[in-house]
Amino acid sequence: MRGIAVIALVTFQEAARKKILLAAALLSTAFVGLFSWGLLRCPSCAAPSTSLLRREIDSGLLMVGLYGVALFTALLAVLSSIDSLAGEIASGAIQTVAIRPLERWHLVLGKWLGYAAILALYVVLVGGGTVLAMRWTEGFTPPHLAAGLLLIWWEGLILLTVTLWFGTFCSTLTSGICAVGLYGLAFLGGWVEQIGAVTHRPAALRLGVLASLVMPSEALWRRAVFEMQSPLLGAIGFSPFNTSSAPSGLMLAYAGVYLCLALWIAMRHFSRRDL
Amino acid sequence: MTPARDFAAARSPRQNRVGAPAAVAEGASGASPARPEDCALWTEGLCKRYGEKWAVRDLSLRVARGEVFGFLGPNGAGKSTSVKMLLGLVRPSGGAAWVLGYPPGDSAIRARIGFLPEHFRFYDWLTPRELLRLHARLLGGAAELGRQADELLRWVGLADHADRRLREYSKGMLQRAGLAQALLNRPDLIVLDEPTSGLDPAGRRLVREILRRERERGATIFLNSHLLGEVEATCDRVAFLRDGEVRAVRNVGAAARGLRVVARVAGLSPAGLAALTAWAAEISHVDGELSFVARDEEALPAILASLIAGGARVYSFAPRPVTLEDLFLEIVGDAVGQ
Repeated sequence: MRGIAVIALVTFQEAARKKILLAAALLSTAFVGLFSWGLLRCPSCAAPSTSLLRREIDSGLLMVGLYGVALFTALLAVLSSIDSLAGEIASGAIQTVAIRPLERWHLVLGKWLGYAAILALYVVLVGGGTVLAMRWTEGFTPPHLAAGLLLIWWEGLILLTVTLWFGTFCSTLTSGICAVGLYGLAFLGGWVEQIGAVTHRPAALRLGVLASLVMPSEALWRRAVFEMQSPLLGAIGFSPFNTSSAPSGLMLAYAGVYLCLALWIAMRHFSRRDL
Repeated sequence: MTPARDFAAARSPRQNRVGAPAAVAEGASGASPARPEDCALWTEGLCKRYGEKWAVRDLSLRVARGEVFGFLGPNGAGKSTSVKMLLGLVRPSGGAAWVLGYPPGDSAIRARIGFLPEHFRFYDWLTPRELLRLHARLLGGAAELGRQADELLRWVGLADHADRRLREYSKGMLQRAGLAQALLNRPDLIVLDEPTSGLDPAGRRLVREILRRERERGATIFLNSHLLGEVEATCDRVAFLRDGEVRAVRNVGAAARGLRVVARVAGLSPAGLAALTAWAAEISHVDGELSFVARDEEALPAILASLIAGGARVYSFAPRPVTLEDLFLEIVGDAVGQ
């Protein structure tokens, strides 16, 4: 366990030294600032504070902001970890660490925990900042906020895990392309599923579910939206910022198994490969 | 999940051999330690194949504890792959190996090994002091080993640069930092892969001094190099590797290698030439130039007398010690590994 903790800490330190944390903090501050500025000038400001319409607009705008948070979290998950295993294997930098008294899988799990902590910090600060901006400007707080942010973090964790897994057998560039490609596939699958739900086309629904089985990141985002949006907004229609077809609890369970399995495969594969 | 452990657990020594060993490197005294557990390194028929290509065909070595052992071979001979197999970084395709009495990569020996990799790549966003502290934490002795870090950095000449990040270091400085991390845990086995290739003469002298001190401490040193002068200056014995096979193992001391004699003679009869075999080896006689290797200096007067008794007129007779380079070219040749 000591080795896992040491690697997790050094992963966090690496992100800090390579200014990943600084860049994420600056861009996040800019994002929350822009979101706050936009809210101050949004049309809902003119509506009566108690009206249902204003509440729905606030909910919709918040989902737009949180969609940005989810997108940045997913990109941070891939881009921060993309060079971690693949790059260190290619350069040989991992060799002197791998011969020390720790199991190979400790290295993978330690890195995963380090990046997971970074993503958690990012989601809490930027997601929380976005929600606070809404609360400050409009006095609106979404329902099930903790569950929503947890699901956004979970989405990042899924992408982090597959990126590390690809890194155990692919080059840095290939790992990144595969991870982002899967994310794009899930995004399109989510759209197809929503269109299927609205137009009552079972084939499209099945295709969307299939895409979510290949990569459940978009399903987690749509579940996060489902938790935080108002029911009325969900009934209006589909867009990346709200959902009319919420992934089931079974899909959440699948995403949990997916994450654990991908992490286990990554650890197992790294333990067996030549360095 | 450790591959080397799986590998070793599945095979005891001398099981699952792939091909017969071309040569076996015996212990320092010439007698092989009886058991693999008694050796610092013991391998038998160790091999590694990538697809159809054999990186190492047959590595059979015995390295005694406390020995400084050189590992020589041309580019592509399989030296680095062999080293990685011994460290548990690469899974062998066959054969058996024991390191300090345990399978390669076994958790029981990881804290007792120091390793300087070939290209000196480390976490370059760290300073060397932080690098040593990271390894101290991984070794489980953060406080005690951390205190040694400054002393080690001073020893390898990096005390004045200990707070600069490694990415700002030259190759030679990286090599010094790598040596410090390899020695941090006062290892029983030190594996150095080309430790002097980036160093200036002062750095090379430093490495020799380090090897001398570590040897006096009782450490076994496995030195992978193609700098023959370094190997000659530091090693007890050397294994010659070519095409992934150990071709020969020799003692490094000049006395053990004998003297190469080149003589210009005329009138040497076949009988006189045949008589020379009692005193010398590797005899060639072409166009009046006679070349052979004599066992030692004491044999030279008798050889000269034998030549004269055989009817030869000797115009010149020039003995010189057989160099490691002579041996290398003789055993390995000048071919690049396939």
